[in-house]
Amino acid sequence: MAVEIDPIHQFQIHNIVDLGAPGGVHLGFTNSAAFMVGIVAAIFFFLTYATRGRTLVPGRLQSMAELSYEFVASTVRSTAGNEGMKFFPLVFSLFMFVLFANFVGMIPYSFTVTSHIVVTAALALVVIGTVIIYGFARHGTHFLHLFVPSGVPAFLLPFMVVIELISFLSRPISLSLRLFANMLAGHIAMKVFAGFIVMMTAGGVAGFFGAVLPLAMVVALTALEFLVAALQAYVFAVLTCIYLNDALHPGH
Amino acid sequence: MSETHGPAGTFILAQTSPVPEAPAPGTGTHSGVEIGVPPAEAHGSGFPPFDATTFPSQLIWLAITFVALYLLMSRIALPRIATILEERHDRIADDIEEAGKLKAESEAAAMAYEQALTGARGKATTIASETRDKLAGEAETSRKALEAELAAKLADAEAKIATTKTSAMANVRGIAVDAAGAIVNQLTGTEPAPQAVEAAVDKAIGN
Repeated sequence: MAVEIDPIHQFQIHNIVDLGAPGGVHLGFTNSAAFMVGIVAAIFFFLTYATRGRTLVPGRLQSMAELSYEFVASTVRSTAGNEGMKFFPLVFSLFMFVLFANFVGMIPYSFTVTSHIVVTAALALVVIGTVIIYGFARHGTHFLHLFVPSGVPAFLLPFMVVIELISFLSRPISLSLRLFANMLAGHIAMKVFAGFIVMMTAGGVAGFFGAVLPLAMVVALTALEFLVAALQAYVFAVLTCIYLNDALHPGH
Repeated sequence: MSETHGPAGTFILAQTSPVPEAPAPGTGTHSGVEIGVPPAEAHGSGFPPFDATTFPSQLIWLAITFVALYLLMSRIALPRIATILEERHDRIADDIEEAGKLKAESEAAAMAYEQALTGARGKATTIASETRDKLAGEAETSRKALEAELAAKLADAEAKIATTKTSAMANVRGIAVDAAGAIVNQLTGTEPAPQAVEAAVDKAIGN
């Protein structure tokens, strides 16, 4: 009996359709891409199917769709103000994408799109890119006041500017690493403990009963991972709003 | 417990290994012939999230799907939900406004009713007092007329009584004179002089 316990295997990317290597870059429709397409389709289907009736008194599904809308809308309003509502579709898309990706990743044998740093980094760069482009387009060089805190003594100012710059540049890194590391570590931990069950049950009667402990752990971790999945999507959305607020209102 | 160190060890090993120039993903072979952890090299490409050869595919598909998601959300899904919420909000606001209007109307109606009631009550009071005064006046005049009539009748009756009394008194004198003459005739057997009898009767009546 070949039992394979490899906590990293779940993150493997393989081509479903190989698209060759145009321009020397290897491309393909991978399992990750399939899940991305599925996630987008699921989000769109959920929101449109739930609101198909456009009823005045919402049903269960419509309540969920409205809840997700109002939840993100209130998050945007409370952190970036009413002006921030122009970024609402972006924040909503990010939130729903991360949320659905995290939850889809909780399905056994599925793939977690957000467990790949290149995906989370790209999403973080979308956020920071929006902040920088909108900041300069809206405020011009005044946007740079973001790095110059007011009311600081002149001799401290250079240090403060450096600190502000570093903190600004570390934002996309922390934003992408937080989500990536959470999803990666959680899924590895679950897989490792699930592996213990398999290993211990293979070790005879004593191991069979001993396997209850890692099983309990896996159950607890699963619950925790669901929490983390929702929480990380929320954190991503809130931080996006906070950074967008800087683009709307630079200067301290 | 050597197995327990296996996965963690693999993880650390994979994390610390540099991103390798690996063959295409999916070509890794899994031995997995015995319980245990295959070495990191089994994947052939190291730690998958750091495998740079998969980056272009992931980025391109992420770009395509995320742009599609953004467009679907901003063009279709979000306006749709926003419309629903707005309609509900408007409907509720309308209903509240309508309710307020109806409340004001009913309050106005209640006030008008109250006013009408007060007016009617006042009117009723005036009508009642007018009627009472009129009736009292009528009663007064009829009473006075009756009293006057009665007084006239009384005076008439008194006058009649007075004449009857004088005539009766006159008759009484004649009878007394006749009776006295007859009595004297019976007692004495002589006819008294009428003048003397009359004088004696007058004397007695005068007493």
